[in-house]
Amino acid sequence: MGILSTSIGRKVAMALSAFFLMFFLLQHLSINVLSVFSPEIFNEVSHFMGTNPLVQFVLQPVLIFAVVFHFIMGFILELRNKKANGKSYAKNNGAANSTWMSRNMIWSGVTILAFIALHFIDFWFPEINTKFIQGDWTGVIEGQEGFRYHEELVHKFTNPVRVGAYIFAFVFLGLHLAHGFTSAFQSMGGNAGRKKIFQNIGKAYSIIIPLGFIFIALYHHLNH
Amino acid sequence: MALNSKVPHGPLKDKWTDYKNQINLVNPANKRHIDVIVVGTGLAGGSAAATLAELGYNVKSFAYQDSPRRAHSIAAQGGINAAKNYQGDGDSTYRLFYDTVKGGDYRSREANVYRLAEVSANIIDQCVAQGVPFARDYGGLLDNRSFGGVLVSRTFYAKGQTGQQLLLGAYSAMNRQIARGKIEMFNRHEMLDVVVVDGKARGIIARNLVTGEIERHSAHAVVIASGGYGNVYFLSTNAMGSNVTAGWKVHKKGAYFANPCYTQIHPTCIPRSGDYQSKLTLMSESLRNDGRIWVPKNLEDVKAIREGKLKPTDLTEEQRDYYLERRYPAFGNLVPRDVASRAAKERCDAGFGVNATGEAVYLDFAASFERYGSEQAKIQNISNPSPEKIKQLGQEIVRAKYGNLFQMYEKIVDENPYETPMMIYPAVHYTMGGVWVDYNLMTTIPGCYAIGEANFSDHGANRLGASALMQGLADGYFVLPYTIGDYLSDDIRTGKISTDTPEFDAAEKEVSERINFLINNKGTHSVDHYHKKLGKIMWDKCGMSRNKEGLEAAIEEISALREDFWKNVLVPGTATEYNEQLAKAGRVADFLELGELFAKDALVREESAGGHFREEYQTDDGEAKRMKEFQFVSAWEYKGEPKNAVLHKEDLAYENIEVKERSYK
Amino acid sequence: MNLTLKIWRQLDASDKGEMVDYKVTEISEHMSFLEMMDVLNEQLIASGKEPVAFDHDCREGICGMCSMYINGEAHGPDRGVTTCQLHMRMFKDGDTITIEPFRAAAFPVIKDLVVDRSAFDRIQHSGGYVSVNTSGNTQDANATLISKTAADKAMDAATCIGCGACVATCKNSSAMLFVGAKVSQYALLPQGQVEATDRVMNMVHQMDLEGFGNCTNTGACEIECPKGISLENIARMNREFLKASIKG
Repeated sequence: MGILSTSIGRKVAMALSAFFLMFFLLQHLSINVLSVFSPEIFNEVSHFMGTNPLVQFVLQPVLIFAVVFHFIMGFILELRNKKANGKSYAKNNGAANSTWMSRNMIWSGVTILAFIALHFIDFWFPEINTKFIQGDWTGVIEGQEGFRYHEELVHKFTNPVRVGAYIFAFVFLGLHLAHGFTSAFQSMGGNAGRKKIFQNIGKAYSIIIPLGFIFIALYHHLNH
Repeated sequence: MALNSKVPHGPLKDKWTDYKNQINLVNPANKRHIDVIVVGTGLAGGSAAATLAELGYNVKSFAYQDSPRRAHSIAAQGGINAAKNYQGDGDSTYRLFYDTVKGGDYRSREANVYRLAEVSANIIDQCVAQGVPFARDYGGLLDNRSFGGVLVSRTFYAKGQTGQQLLLGAYSAMNRQIARGKIEMFNRHEMLDVVVVDGKARGIIARNLVTGEIERHSAHAVVIASGGYGNVYFLSTNAMGSNVTAGWKVHKKGAYFANPCYTQIHPTCIPRSGDYQSKLTLMSESLRNDGRIWVPKNLEDVKAIREGKLKPTDLTEEQRDYYLERRYPAFGNLVPRDVASRAAKERCDAGFGVNATGEAVYLDFAASFERYGSEQAKIQNISNPSPEKIKQLGQEIVRAKYGNLFQMYEKIVDENPYETPMMIYPAVHYTMGGVWVDYNLMTTIPGCYAIGEANFSDHGANRLGASALMQGLADGYFVLPYTIGDYLSDDIRTGKISTDTPEFDAAEKEVSERINFLINNKGTHSVDHYHKKLGKIMWDKCGMSRNKEGLEAAIEEISALREDFWKNVLVPGTATEYNEQLAKAGRVADFLELGELFAKDALVREESAGGHFREEYQTDDGEAKRMKEFQFVSAWEYKGEPKNAVLHKEDLAYENIEVKERSYK
Repeated sequence: MNLTLKIWRQLDASDKGEMVDYKVTEISEHMSFLEMMDVLNEQLIASGKEPVAFDHDCREGICGMCSMYINGEAHGPDRGVTTCQLHMRMFKDGDTITIEPFRAAAFPVIKDLVVDRSAFDRIQHSGGYVSVNTSGNTQDANATLISKTAADKAMDAATCIGCGACVATCKNSSAMLFVGAKVSQYALLPQGQVEATDRVMNMVHQMDLEGFGNCTNTGACEIECPKGISLENIARMNREFLKASIKG
């Protein structure tokens, strides 16, 4: 915990959890995209991910830890920064020297947190309920053919309010990533002298990831 | 009291080494029982404080700024001289010594200057070891540039911010000692008097500029490193807070003040733009390496330029007067500062000044763009480059060398110096005069030392470019730490100096009374009102050229202004708070006394030498005319009013250098 | 031109403080911002009021003493300048200009626009130096070759004037650019290597003790820095810190 008591250490921890979450987002999107092209493959992969012990008992706890850690640390940093601030300016022109995204990570973060709550209610809690409380690891609904995952997914996106909420959240995810991606590298001491490349990769990542999720949500909503 | 410079005997080149071998030292175990006060944290004060602390003395350091790093040494741009001969162009300790004495118009002390040249090489080694990022060439070796008044490249530099980097080096050395507890730092404190006990300097009275509290600090020796007094002119390139107070207070307590009239007017400053002007900005002299100075040949063109009908770039070569190249073919634009400044004044007085105030000449880089551009075109194998291409390539080279200066110029003047020549005019920059010191850098008060610009010693009547940084660091790192030991070796059994003595009581009382007087005066005019008036008298009558009539008038006018000041000055606020006006009032009060002594010194010195130009004493072609009978240092003893000051002469002997007519033709 | 100034007035550290409106007239566009403040102060003194206290010294952009937050930006709207180099031509006749002190918990106000930046000094005390004696008995300056690139980069980092604009600008009042510049200067030079590990750990520790915030990498400091100190220096410090943490 020694390193977490320093300002740079906290930022490094923030960046490391961010790297994991960004990797997770990429992985999540890749699998979800399959739902658009092939319900069968999507079902296969979903079942693998949902039943593989390594994913379930190692990666999933790590993911939960990373999410919780990223949020708690984010709030701790915000509080410490507020304390460092002292009195606020009567007039402050933040737009003159920095992007909205970089100044409002806490708000895009809180929006994403709210989304995760919704997302858990939609998908994760029912999944946990099925697997761990009812003990059903088959991935099949009785009396139906094939895995249930694709159908459940499509079903969720019939409600336009939910789709709207998801799109709203994904926009904020994009804003969060637009700053967060390069910022994480900077915190790790990574982009000295190579800023341009990192910025471009970051831009691409922060557009492709949320756009992909939005596309999937809209695709299923409009096709059914 | 007869002046004793205490210059050791023996051959010039062995004096310092032999002397160091013979002087008394203080045992390391005893040093921790000895306190030293250092006033000022510029190159001299900062390096002295760090070195004394490192040797083991307990140092108390004082700065009026909020951090030692802000002392005005930070503003020095061009570089620092050192006789390293890295360029293999014939430089040597003797040549640096020779150039400095000649540049100073044979008015400096031979032994001091030789010692300065001798330790100069050490400074560079020291600063590199500290992590000062000097400019380097592609092979990784240190780079040099040349400066005015010399024929070799011996100037080390860090972009246009050499003073900043050297000061940050000294500041870092101080930080190390502050962390070790060997330096106690007093920021935002101003020294307001020196306390003399049994004839020895034993402490100071200082004011905490934040709370207004008057404090007593005792020590076994007091070192004044408070810089120069150029702000006596109101407008100068000095920082707004630069002042003579520390030096003047020790003068009033018995230290002689030497050569106050030797003032350096730097030739390349940004001209004044209006009456509201608060200070002048220097453009490094290194610009003269690549810029050519000129004014139009014809007065009609001058008029048209002032009215905005003509642009300087419209004038052909034939219509321009490159007056430095014309008058001084050997040194051209690289003549020493005093010569360049007077030449600019001569042209402007004749009506050739190119801006609205009539006080500006051009510094033109067009020729350098072309020269560097052609070179680059060859290097880059560009055949038949267009003139635009050449200019562009040349500008890139100039940008790499002076980019920050060009940018600064554009910010201030709002003209692009890559497209139109810069306008420059001389401004007060440095004061060669200061508190008189002997070879040990001790003033005429035992135990009170003066180093850096605050003393008078090494530059004679004119300082060469890049020598101020050299002297400040030489004094602080390599001279004072040795010589002060000789004095302090008598103090190993003295024990802590008490501040609870009648001498401290009296000094504190005097300081408090003066402050209370200023606060309670409730007059009609602000402090700046008086400072501006004093500045105008000084600039008009004690400026780049002086004459008997003007100097006599100046003495009267300054005396009358001082009287008016004490009657009618208005200082707002109270004495027990952060009060910049109050601090400034004290400084201006001292300038009002110094200014008169300055004029008196200039009046008495019936010759022209370096920064002191008397119109009555010039050669047929308008050059400074030195007089053999004035080959001495004027050291003034305080006797109440400045007009009653008593002159003591320290004769200057030149045994290792032939005194010649200084010629740069 | 004629201007309305909204200026923070605060008697001393314990005073609550407030914004006060002033009017100045006949301001020339060639004046520097501080010369405009001089005009205001002369006006205040003449009318028997207390002048506005502000820090300033060299007035040529190098000492780092001046420190105002003008119209919501450290050192005002111009780029690459300190307040003393800001000129009135950046403003228009009739403008209202808001002038506040640099704000951060680690920079308490002393009076009006004057703040206490001694936290910066204390960070430097904790490691902003090379532990070499000033005796001059060092090796020849050219004995160690330093590549021009490294020397130039070290110089770029070393141009920091310690004004505190980075802290004032930062929404978190973080001092990472200031500390990063110093750590970088020494990290880039061979002379700084010996103490590199301790230096970065100690300086970061002191920075945290002083109560500066964390870096969110907004990049605002780099843009408002009068000397254009690059964000690269923060990344380099992060690297140095990680290296040092792993070495232990």
